[in-house]
Amino acid sequence: MPTIVVEVMPKAELLDPAGKAVAGALRREGGHPFSDVRIGKRFELTVDGEVTDAVLEQAQKLAHEMLSNSVIEDVVKVTVA
Amino acid sequence: MKIGVVTFPGSLDDRDAQRAARIAGAEPVALWHGDHDLKGVDAIVLPGGFSYGDYLRCGAIAARSPIMREVIDAANSGMPVLGICNGFQVLVEAHLLPGGLIRNDHGDFICRDQGLRVENASTAWTNGFTQGQEITVPLKNGEGGFIADAETLARLEGEGLVAFRYTGLNPNGSLNDIAGLTNERGNVVGLMPHPEHAVEPGFGPDTDEAMRSGVDGLTFFTSVLQHTLARA
Repeated sequence: MPTIVVEVMPKAELLDPAGKAVAGALRREGGHPFSDVRIGKRFELTVDGEVTDAVLEQAQKLAHEMLSNSVIEDVVKVTVA
Repeated sequence: MKIGVVTFPGSLDDRDAQRAARIAGAEPVALWHGDHDLKGVDAIVLPGGFSYGDYLRCGAIAARSPIMREVIDAANSGMPVLGICNGFQVLVEAHLLPGGLIRNDHGDFICRDQGLRVENASTAWTNGFTQGQEITVPLKNGEGGFIADAETLARLEGEGLVAFRYTGLNPNGSLNDIAGLTNERGNVVGLMPHPEHAVEPGFGPDTDEAMRSGVDGLTFFTSVLQHTLARA
């Protein structure tokens, strides 16, 4: 069955304490060029049947209304896997 | 008067809220998240805890549970609704109050007796306080940082919708030290600290007079009694 992937990230201007904690651990690790980390969410929606434009639109709506909270997060991707 | 307390899967402080209602002189009524029945209550408390394990976002799944349809309708028609901690998060996710709550800026869970200033003493749940009164109730949360965009924040401040502000050190990075909000009508109030844990001498926060004697939280429940009786 096809899968639609939704990715949600904390808003760029907001503090991401989980990402910050990982970034701190990375800094202690050293020996790499990675200066920052932000942590988001990935949802995989299993679709019964074909992914039509209407289904994709439903996924967009779900992504914005339930899977994310626009006060604190952005939907950055809704695609067919 | 009947105060309903909704139990969601993962609610922790539902029994404490029922007890607070009883101590204040109301009849507590247990409400169930999966029902569509408010059982004739006059006011509703959404209690603290970790509904649905805080999955998705704190309060997000509870805000979409069956009974919330009735709670939202009741709130919109003026019934007093109080959201405590996770209940506040549910109110925000249900769009009954604006803004959002995110992980504490320091990353730690915090549990302590917290000073608050009552910024709006004319709501259904705060009319027994005086404007600007300073109170102490327990605070215990990991995701209590209140945020909102600049426009919303200006509106909250301009229209007197900030119900409570933290005094002393800001415990979680909340913008403008906001601890709790009310809606325009004053019937819906949400806050991160726990008034239901400060209702009985011997079990509340320490005061200058005696250890664990703080009962500032009781006024939330006597306020809603007063509010409801005044309208009856």
